[in-house]
Formats: sequence, structure tokens, C-alpha cells
Amino acid sequence: MRLTAEERGMLRGARGDTVRRALELQLEVGKFYGARRFVPVTNVHMMGDIEVMGDGGLDHLRRLAKDKARCEIPITTNARCFDFAHVERLGQDAAEAAKEHELIGCLRRMNVMTTDTCINYQTLYQPRLGERLAWGDTGTVIWANSVCGARTNFESGPAAMAAAMTGRVPEYGYHLDRHRRGTFVVEVAAALDDYAEWGALAKRVGESHQSYYAVPVFTGIKRAPTADQLKHLGASLASYGSMAMFHMVGVTPEASTLAAALGGSRPKEKMRITRADIDRVFAGYRNLDGSCNFVVFSGPQQSLLEMKLLSELFDGRRVHAGTTVFVTTANGVLAAARALGYAQTLEAAGVTILEGVCVYILQNLTRMRAANGWTNMISNSAKIVNTITAHKFNTILRRTRDCVDIACTGVFR
Amino acid sequence: MRKSPVTIRVDRAFGPVVEGEAVVSDEGFSPRYDLDRWSGVITKPGHQLEGVNIRDKILFFPTAKGGIAAGWAFYDIKAKGIAPKALIFGVTNPVMVQGAVFANLTITEGWSRDPRKCIRTGDIVRVDPGVKTIRLLERA
Repeated sequence: MRLTAEERGMLRGARGDTVRRALELQLEVGKFYGARRFVPVTNVHMMGDIEVMGDGGLDHLRRLAKDKARCEIPITTNARCFDFAHVERLGQDAAEAAKEHELIGCLRRMNVMTTDTCINYQTLYQPRLGERLAWGDTGTVIWANSVCGARTNFESGPAAMAAAMTGRVPEYGYHLDRHRRGTFVVEVAAALDDYAEWGALAKRVGESHQSYYAVPVFTGIKRAPTADQLKHLGASLASYGSMAMFHMVGVTPEASTLAAALGGSRPKEKMRITRADIDRVFAGYRNLDGSCNFVVFSGPQQSLLEMKLLSELFDGRRVHAGTTVFVTTANGVLAAARALGYAQTLEAAGVTILEGVCVYILQNLTRMRAANGWTNMISNSAKIVNTITAHKFNTILRRTRDCVDIACTGVFR
Repeated sequence: MRKSPVTIRVDRAFGPVVEGEAVVSDEGFSPRYDLDRWSGVITKPGHQLEGVNIRDKILFFPTAKGGIAAGWAFYDIKAKGIAPKALIFGVTNPVMVQGAVFANLTITEGWSRDPRKCIRTGDIVRVDPGVKTIRLLERA
């Protein structure tokens, strides 16, 4: 790689040992991908919680904090695996919760903003067209690349922290024009509405095109999606397809026309998604034992608009006896939802609101599932319907209103 | 050990030279969703390698699955002493590469011959990232 004088100095230790080690890690990744240079970044978002880091990762953080490692670029954290107000009620391990506390302390000492949200793009930072970032959590990456036209690869926890310390990333993947061009076209021949329908579209497209370098171009959009609909589309594409970018002609900034989205390249394939295809996704789920006692609105965390919609749908109703409903959101959104009364309405209905977490990464979830007799998980998020299967749930995607009805009646449909 | 003509060239590679027992999979891999990170056994129900312990193995996967979390996972399983010796991918994503570099685990991407057609689980292979090759040393 071509290094600047400043970068050569960093490798000699001019900015300390922790920065040297961070740049060495980035240099190896850059060399692997044949990157020609480093490019500066202005914002970093990292995943770091005890469930994902493990004791090995926590030891690494302890050493970094002891060595006075310091992040120079604004860096925020993703959803974590504990809402400390609910540890006991959820039957989570106190010892692991203590480690999570320690981990948060280490991050703060390193100048990390422990924001605990996977919807940073809705609540914390909105990058501009062409802005270079180092974001973790696949849902945040696909949003930044697609909806904002910013540039970032999937940056895992250690790589994101390195970027925040050095202020740069190796230029490969989605930092380069050639990887940002659409690779196949998806004609959407159905007017989609509910979040779950946008997620179902993403499931169809992502499952059949699993590749980090696959970039779908959506055309024929009859009803342009809202921010939350784009959120569900992107998070699900990333989840099912490991994808980091999509275009939507007339909607996203690098897709004013189909030709612009394709950037002069020829699409490898054209597919068409009809209403029948979307309906088939919903019809494809099976309820294993007839139960429907676990309903989840999470993955990604809920925006204030989603909190408002849920409060309207649950208003005056009551969660069915024996059913658990989890809603997860970010702390800022929850504060606003309390000020506006949405949170109180949800809680009066018997909904449990968890702050700063995502359900599928909750510590101890597998044992929680067994202890509560949750066989099926029902959600309007296609992403969580995919990811939570690691905890051996059977999962069922349903539209938002149907999820609320199932939660309040105890009747599956 | 007898000489073997089986050599695979890889497109990209990182890490130390390693030799070990191959495990060849048709299915992709996520260290977060397919692997029990306390035992090193692949536990995802229905995974082609369900029940296989990956410790000290050289793992061949056509694709990478899963998201950002893999970045910490390799370091954690290495600290626990249950890491594989190398990860050989057809197509991978940056998270796997960042995680392997962070843990100093050998990783490669892209192959000149499909290992599913020339390497069998149990064969002993040598991965040399410096010259971007994988060589069959001994048949199972």
C-alpha cells in the first residue's frame, strides 16, 4: 500500500503503541484486499458487547484501556445484550452483566460514546453523499451506502475501533466506485406497505443472491418507501444476503436512473417480484405446535414513528395472558416515547420495552426460550426472523397489525 | 508422506504457514450462528458439519455467512484454545478477514480449483499464504 509520511510515522510509533498496532491490523486487511491507500473517515460505529466479544475480547479491551488507547474519531456503539433494568426478570446471568458493565467502562475510558443503538442513522448521525465511514452492524452499513450514498464496508468491532484510533480505513470494497454499481435488477411489481412486506421482498432477493458484492437495483417502485420501510428492507437484505448496498431507482441518491445505478455495467440478471411472491413468503412459515406466546418488535430497534404506530395499535388492548411481547428501542427514542405517552400506552397493554438491546443478542436467550416455553417467535421484522434461529426458535414473519392481534388474542393466524 | 500433484492457488491470503487436517464443507459458515463458541463444535441444527469440532482443523467453506459479530469471535475462540488452524473461503466478506487478521489466523479467499472436487475431509494439507497456495500432503 502507498503510505503517507504520517502513516509511516504511525507505524514507527509516533502516535503511540496502540495506534501503531491499530494501523498494522488495518494494513494487513488492506494488503489482503489489494487496497492502494488509506482514506480518512469521519464517523465510526462499532459492535462490542460481552455476548459477541467473549472473555477474550474483554481481556483485549482491558489491555487497550490500561494502555490508554484513545479513539480520536467520533465512535458510537451498537445494541448490546443487557438492559440492566431487566437482568433479573429475564433470568440473565449477573456475572455476565457485571462483565458488560466493565466493558462499557473500558469503552468510555477510550473515548467511545456508548450509545447502544443499531439505528444510529435514525437517531445519532446522518452521513452525506460520498462521506467515508467505518460502521459496524450490517443494517447500519447498508443504510449508509444505499440511502445516504456514504461509503463504508462491514467493519467488525476490532476493525472499527482501529479506524477510530487511526482516523482512516484501507480503501477497498464499497469505498471504490466499481463495487457500488448495481449487479442485478429487481422489478417490484407489487405496491408494498407494511414493514414485514419490505422485509419479505428482501428475503426473496437476499436468499437467492448471497454475496457481499451483490448489489440489487430495485425498479418499478409504485409507492416510495418511508425511512422505516427502507430500514427493514436494508436490514433484511444484509441479513439474508450478506449484502452491503442496494439501489432503488428514483429513491436512493446514486440511482437517479437505472443506467446511473448500473454505472455502465450490464446487469447479470433481472428478476421480478409480484404480489404472489410476497404472499408466498408469508405462507411459507409453519407454526410448529400451535403456540404464539412470544411476539417481538426488534431487530432493528424501533424508531419513534414505529413506537407511535405500536402504541396506537395496542391502545386500549391487553397482551394475552401467558404471552410475552418485547419492543426494543434506543434510549433517546424511549425518552421521547415517554414524553409523548407512547411508552405508557404500550406498558399499560402489558408490553415489555427494552432499552439499548436487540432481542436476538440478549444474553442467555437460548435458556430464556426454554424456561418460558417459547417454541415460535412471531415478528414483523424479517431480519430477526432470520437471525434468531441460532437460538433454535421456530420463526414466523407477520405484518405489524397481525403481530399485535396475535399478541392480544393469543390466536395464531 | 507421498508426493501429490494436488495444488490449489488462492487469490488473497493472510497469516502464517499451517499444516493440518482438512474439513471440507458445501455449506457456508458463521462463527456466531453455526458454532458453539465454548466447545468449538458446529452445533447449528442441519448444518452439513453439525457435530464437527473445528479445533486445529483447516476449514474449507464456499461462502461466509453472518454479519459483523464474527470480527470478535475468532479472537475469542483462539483465546479459549479451540480455534481452527486456517479458514479457506471461496468468497468471504471483510468481517471474516478483519476477524482472522485480529486473531492472527490464516485465511484465504478465492480458489483456482474447487476443493470439494480435489480435497476430502481428513486429508492433510499445507496452506502457504506467502505464495498463495494450498497443497495436499497426505490422503486420509
